[in-house]
Amino acid sequence: MPQHPTMDTRFGTLCTAVVFAVFVRWVVSLNSYSGMGKPPMYGDYEAQRHWMEITTNLPIKQWYFNGTDNDLLYWGLDYPPLTAYHMWLCGKVAEWIDPDWTSLFASRGYESYEHKLFMRYSVLIGDVVIYIPAVLLYCFLQKKFTHTQKVLLSCVLLLFPGLIIIDYGHFQYNSISLGLTLWAVIALSHRHEVLGSAAFMLALCYKQMSLYHAMPFFCYLLGKCWQQRWKKGFFSLCCIGVSVLATFAFVWMPFLSDKDLFLQVVHRIFPVARGVFEDKVSNFWCSLSVVVKFRNFMSHEGLLKLCLATTLLGLVPSSLDLLFRPSGNKFKLALVNSSLVFFLFSFQVHEKSILLPALPVCLLLPWRPFTSTWFLTIATFSMLPLLVKDGLVIATLITSILFIIAVELGLQGVSSDPTIGCPVCIWSSKNLPWLPHRVFFYAVKSGFYASLMGALFLGLLSVVVPPPSSLPDLWPVLISVYSCSHFIGFTLYYHIVQLMTTDSKETAAQKTKKTQ
Amino acid sequence: MAAPMYFSVVVTVTIVKLLLIPSYRSTDFEVHRNWLAITHSRPVSQWYYEDTSEWTLDYPPMFAWFEFLLSRIAKLFDPAMLEVTNLNYASFATVLFQRLSVIVSDFVLVYAVYECCQCVQVLCCFRCCQCVQLVGKKKSPHLLSQPMFVLAVLLLWNFGLLIVDHIHFQYNGFLTGLKLLSIARILQRRHLEGAFWFSLLLNFKHIYLYIAPAYFIFLLRSYCFTRSNRDGRVQWTSLSLMNLFGLGVVVLEVFAISFGPFIAMGQLGQVLSRLFPVKRGLVHAYWAPNFWALYNIADKAATAVAVRAKLLSADDITKATMTGGLVQEYTHNALPTITPLVTVILTLAAMMPALVHLWRRPCTPRDFLRCLVLCAFSSFLFGYHVHEKAIILIIIPLSLLAVESRQDGQVFLLLSTCGHLSLFPLLFTQAETPSKVCLMLMFSLFAFMSLGVLHSSSKKRPYCLPLLSPLETAYTVGLVFLQLYCSLGHHTLGLTTRLPFLPLMLTSVYCAVGVMWSWLKFYLITLTDMQHLKQS
Repeated sequence: MPQHPTMDTRFGTLCTAVVFAVFVRWVVSLNSYSGMGKPPMYGDYEAQRHWMEITTNLPIKQWYFNGTDNDLLYWGLDYPPLTAYHMWLCGKVAEWIDPDWTSLFASRGYESYEHKLFMRYSVLIGDVVIYIPAVLLYCFLQKKFTHTQKVLLSCVLLLFPGLIIIDYGHFQYNSISLGLTLWAVIALSHRHEVLGSAAFMLALCYKQMSLYHAMPFFCYLLGKCWQQRWKKGFFSLCCIGVSVLATFAFVWMPFLSDKDLFLQVVHRIFPVARGVFEDKVSNFWCSLSVVVKFRNFMSHEGLLKLCLATTLLGLVPSSLDLLFRPSGNKFKLALVNSSLVFFLFSFQVHEKSILLPALPVCLLLPWRPFTSTWFLTIATFSMLPLLVKDGLVIATLITSILFIIAVELGLQGVSSDPTIGCPVCIWSSKNLPWLPHRVFFYAVKSGFYASLMGALFLGLLSVVVPPPSSLPDLWPVLISVYSCSHFIGFTLYYHIVQLMTTDSKETAAQKTKKTQ
Repeated sequence: MAAPMYFSVVVTVTIVKLLLIPSYRSTDFEVHRNWLAITHSRPVSQWYYEDTSEWTLDYPPMFAWFEFLLSRIAKLFDPAMLEVTNLNYASFATVLFQRLSVIVSDFVLVYAVYECCQCVQVLCCFRCCQCVQLVGKKKSPHLLSQPMFVLAVLLLWNFGLLIVDHIHFQYNGFLTGLKLLSIARILQRRHLEGAFWFSLLLNFKHIYLYIAPAYFIFLLRSYCFTRSNRDGRVQWTSLSLMNLFGLGVVVLEVFAISFGPFIAMGQLGQVLSRLFPVKRGLVHAYWAPNFWALYNIADKAATAVAVRAKLLSADDITKATMTGGLVQEYTHNALPTITPLVTVILTLAAMMPALVHLWRRPCTPRDFLRCLVLCAFSSFLFGYHVHEKAIILIIIPLSLLAVESRQDGQVFLLLSTCGHLSLFPLLFTQAETPSKVCLMLMFSLFAFMSLGVLHSSSKKRPYCLPLLSPLETAYTVGLVFLQLYCSLGHHTLGLTTRLPFLPLMLTSVYCAVGVMWSWLKFYLITLTDMQHLKQS
């Protein structure tokens, strides 16, 4: 009799999946990185190396200040302290391996085979220590899934191409901050509010971009405390507050002694003086600027205020909904909504910031495989102009195909019925009985294929056909507008889903508790 | 196996191959680029005389024609790679074209594996009954317990093929495809087609001469002689001249098309001298894990003892010994030096029992496969100047047997693990270390899991890997420590300058032990298999 999977095979299949994910990461890292061989400024790879150089050579108080030894115009440190500490640690190891890699000034623009290896390994170690275990834990804590489903789900989540290409191709350490956020989400969904808020605080101290996720965390925690009885709720709120403040104080300790020092760090982290968006981003402002040249009639401050106002306004619906009806499901949806609103409307957005909405969308994959696959593919596509510059087009294309196949094999992401669980369809089937259900099905499916074909076509054009000389930015702008229209649609979709989701079970259970 | 499942295995492995495009390339990349250039820009009469590059054409004519065809397409990618004088040319388009040519030609392998998977249904009738039973119970069998799925993954995801073809750079996948196709045809009892594909294969790469004796004996025994006696011996009167003639025509035709033009031009001697260079040494720079690795290490030990005991003076020791086998010409000191003739005799002697065994039975496809594996084993173990890559020749046909019977599965697990590990030194660049470790881990994990499930038995030994005995388990775990020492420990201990070749030597000697053990075990299984008596 062929036996049914034993303990060994369970462990074995999981290991195989993880090894495969690591393999894909490493093979992508064999490609070029941003700014490879492009003096004088190079790219993000050089930025991270430069931070290692600065943090290992200068005293901690000078890290964020312009000085004779620290030229902030050359990739000055503009990430919160936890990144700086991480860079210091990496820098120390680099110094131990080869002092040339971090010597002050002399090492600027240093590139070599061994150094690339070292940098790639440093990303891989961060990923293996923080992000991959978080993903595995998330998948294996889903109670209703069988073992095979859990393994397939973790494999699919680990193969999301956007994160792999940016971290291992372009070169950044996103998996650390996203991993910490994921740890926080896991902790919150298992009622470890204190640990969760500390983990999220760490993510925030690693990369200020995690602020995109801050609102749902705040509303969820507050809403949860609100639901409890007065005394208990207040007590848990205090605990959360203490844990947040303590984590913050712990990470920022060296910078809290002096007010100027602290303000300088904050000023570096939030560069309000920079433009509304960098390069061509698929957000609302960048797409609007194609039609309306608002820079001509609006001041910098005015723009800043406009961004702030629209972002806050956009945050209201999902936040209020989460605040008054907090649940695990709504929390994940609110994470998507809040980060999408930030991405679309806030100030100083990078194209890589799309990874922040992508993380909670990944978490929704098992329940909404179709729309999540669509979103994640377009999210990867939206970074194409950047990836073309880095020479990562082939790797992007292949990993995207791999991801779509993995989703299809593991979760039936493409072939599943997109109308299941879609609030619009449920509403229409109740209120518009004359409208056949199939209409939605075919409309969404054909929309999906048309959208992917369009993306493929646009991508090919941008690689193969040189843009007309009068419009050098034609392809990046078209890609941005194309992706932006998708993101606006997804924002609306996820808002509707969040607002219409009712966790009947949970609320009912809580109601009975309250009446007791 | 359902076609969609097979399709997904193919697509994922193709994606892995595409991802490997930016990996390190060995000099074989330049070798094949040069052959593209030769076949494109020189007339056929010059192909085997051209020597601008040191990498002269040394594959049989069919492969040259294959390169000729490729060069027609290469022109569209980058014509500069087709100039003979453009040595070490590797533009992005060149790399892309060459890598893609390997990936596309691998679809021969994909087709052949599909055919083999269909044949396994015949071979594993016993297991299939079980599958049918399970299906009958409306309980879909676990993927790992479907022999055809397991076989497809074992062949298509074969670690050796992946790293040798898609990192190191060669066309083994395509050639292995031809080999598996001929095996599949023979398993389907379409002997003439099998013979055709195999003779074609021989004209692509002559290394497959290693397994030719098995084909020769099998086709003679089971195609030319049509009947057996009751005890399984051949019935001499049943010789079918028709079949013999047909077989001869098919084989000679292929050889005539391939070598004919060169014989007509009077270049046969030149072609053969390119195909069989005799100036190489007994072992490759890195010792393949075979008998000669053990022989060499014994010679080193004996020399050391002899020098201590003053039987040999230090002056007698040739320099090559001291550099640890880096120089190709290798002279033994304490033990007798081995000439090519000795290796040929030893190889044939090692094959002989298997061939005689095959002859004396009513040849079943299983017997043929076993004999094929044993021929490949003998040539690998005792051959002259054997490359470590030749281990693929053994592992691939053994995979077919491994899904079918438990005993073969045991040999397969041990041999594939140590054989594949012995390929690690092929990729010496640091950036490839994680790639090869991950691929190896994936393949081995899958092999152990799936064969463990396929051949699971009720009495499971604790603390042992699936199917392996405690001793073999210890050996396999030892491989992990060996690899750790070679990649980390040796450098940390600071022995890199003093004993630079120690890791390589340790790897090949340690793996040689495993390969020899698998060979002996497999021989024992083959010779004691009495299934034909039960059948008759």
